[in-house]
Amino acid sequence: MKPLAIAAGLAALAALPLWMPGGSYDVNIASQVMIWAVFALGLNVLVGYAGLVSLGQAGLFGFACYVAAWLVAAGTAQWIAAIAAIGFTLVLSAVFAVLALRGTGISFLMITLTLGEIVWGIAQRWVSLTGGDNGISVSTRPAPFGISLDTATPFFYATFAMFVVMLGLVWRFVHSPLGVALRGTRDQPRRMGALGYNVWLIRFLGFLVSGFAAAVAGLFFFYYNEFASPYVLSLTTSAEVVLMVIAGGAATLLGPIVGAALVLGMQDVVSSYVAHWNLMLGAIFVAIILFMPEGLVPGLARLARRPGAAPAAPRPGAFGRTPS
Amino acid sequence: MTPALEVRDLHKVFGGLTVTNGVSLSVAAGERRLLIGPNGAGKTTLFNLITGDLRPTGGRILLFGTDITALAGRRRAHLGLARTYQIITLFPNETLRHNVMLALLGILPRRWNPLRRFDRDPALLAAAETVLDQVGLAHLALRQVRETAYGEQRRVEIALALAQRPRVLLLDEPFAGLSAQERRDVAALIGAIPPAMTVVMIEHDMDAALDLADRITLLDFGLVVVEGTRAEVVADARTRAVYLGG
Repeated sequence: MKPLAIAAGLAALAALPLWMPGGSYDVNIASQVMIWAVFALGLNVLVGYAGLVSLGQAGLFGFACYVAAWLVAAGTAQWIAAIAAIGFTLVLSAVFAVLALRGTGISFLMITLTLGEIVWGIAQRWVSLTGGDNGISVSTRPAPFGISLDTATPFFYATFAMFVVMLGLVWRFVHSPLGVALRGTRDQPRRMGALGYNVWLIRFLGFLVSGFAAAVAGLFFFYYNEFASPYVLSLTTSAEVVLMVIAGGAATLLGPIVGAALVLGMQDVVSSYVAHWNLMLGAIFVAIILFMPEGLVPGLARLARRPGAAPAAPRPGAFGRTPS
Repeated sequence: MTPALEVRDLHKVFGGLTVTNGVSLSVAAGERRLLIGPNGAGKTTLFNLITGDLRPTGGRILLFGTDITALAGRRRAHLGLARTYQIITLFPNETLRHNVMLALLGILPRRWNPLRRFDRDPALLAAAETVLDQVGLAHLALRQVRETAYGEQRRVEIALALAQRPRVLLLDEPFAGLSAQERRDVAALIGAIPPAMTVVMIEHDMDAALDLADRITLLDFGLVVVEGTRAEVVADARTRAVYLGG
């Protein structure tokens, strides 16, 4: 993507609160889209660039949410809670990675699913710590540099700043030697080993990058809702974010953002007008799989280049051949 | 003088099947060694054991006197061991230049850098250009591997190994599936490998490979049957019995 197009897109996004017709409601939806987009961008590092599909990522996203909620509810300063939430989630990511990277393909998917469910189960059952089904709620958002984030527009800009930083970091990472090596482990793990790369460690670091993005997104999700509940840790959340990545286009930077906008748009906007919005979302996913199996962003790019061209063969690793 | 590569009484057993049954061989520094043998003789398994793709059941492997038997495959690359594959194992969706740059990066500390731009690394770009030029593919540097001909992909295989300037290079059937002209091109490429680099090659195409070899080792049923110069091995009755069908 050209830098000019990225800058134009970000400028349009930054100007959103100035022209959104729905006022603060729409601005809040835009904030949510950016939060989920960061979550999806992080997962895309695993799904798209490492060829490792995780169904336990909500465990990390929700864990950051819970740590921050628990600490803030206990009276800890917001900035300490934020650092602790990200730090502890990175540690949990490392634990997830060590366990899940014992396998690849379906094994990896099943281990991550199990790990996510364990975290969800703890949130659900350890009522004295997590509040069980009731979750943990607080009534304050942070106020960085004395700026209150209680209303939609300041919160939007705080989220926008986080989104730009995370997008920049992920972009930088996937174009770096380590990011390129991660892609290499997706396509030819055996060759990568023969070339001197530590395939396991590269995947582990990729998992940490993904966990970091999940933690930051989880933290902002908590700021937005001022609430942590077991729902954020559920398999549904993990599956939704995987769908965002796949629908938008794995191994692209724009794809997860478009995927997040699509899912959130259906959930929060279309659901106001259509009772069976879930059915519509399902139909859209089926259409994407049928006509643009590579995802919306690469699919539309293909059609723009050569209308009527057949979809490209799936990239190995992610959804095609299972990496070893 | 310490051999470049030494294999001592190497064994590999898969379940009840013994594929490598006590292979011992010693390859001198700078030597061109040809490994021959019928299908199933254990040649590629021997390569996989040497590179660390497989763990031996018994025996030892030494690289310039250093015991590498227990060393991870990736570490062997850093000690100067490189290989090509019988089945082309490249990054098909990437350009030839990207493939070679990835090979160059594999033995550099900056492969861990999470922020630097990979595709704008001037040193890597220049080195990749040189390697592609060496294998005669500089004009295709920006073409994706999947869009190149099979013979060109064979040369990219060799380019990836050469990029790391290994001390010992293992070539697994570099002429497999090539036309007569392509075989001549690859033979010229192998012939131009610097003399200091030790080359061990598996090959069935005797016409193309024999001229490149200083010594030949004949394997059968996971054992070294005959070893010697070209004339010695060809003249040996056991060679005719197990390989030449004489």
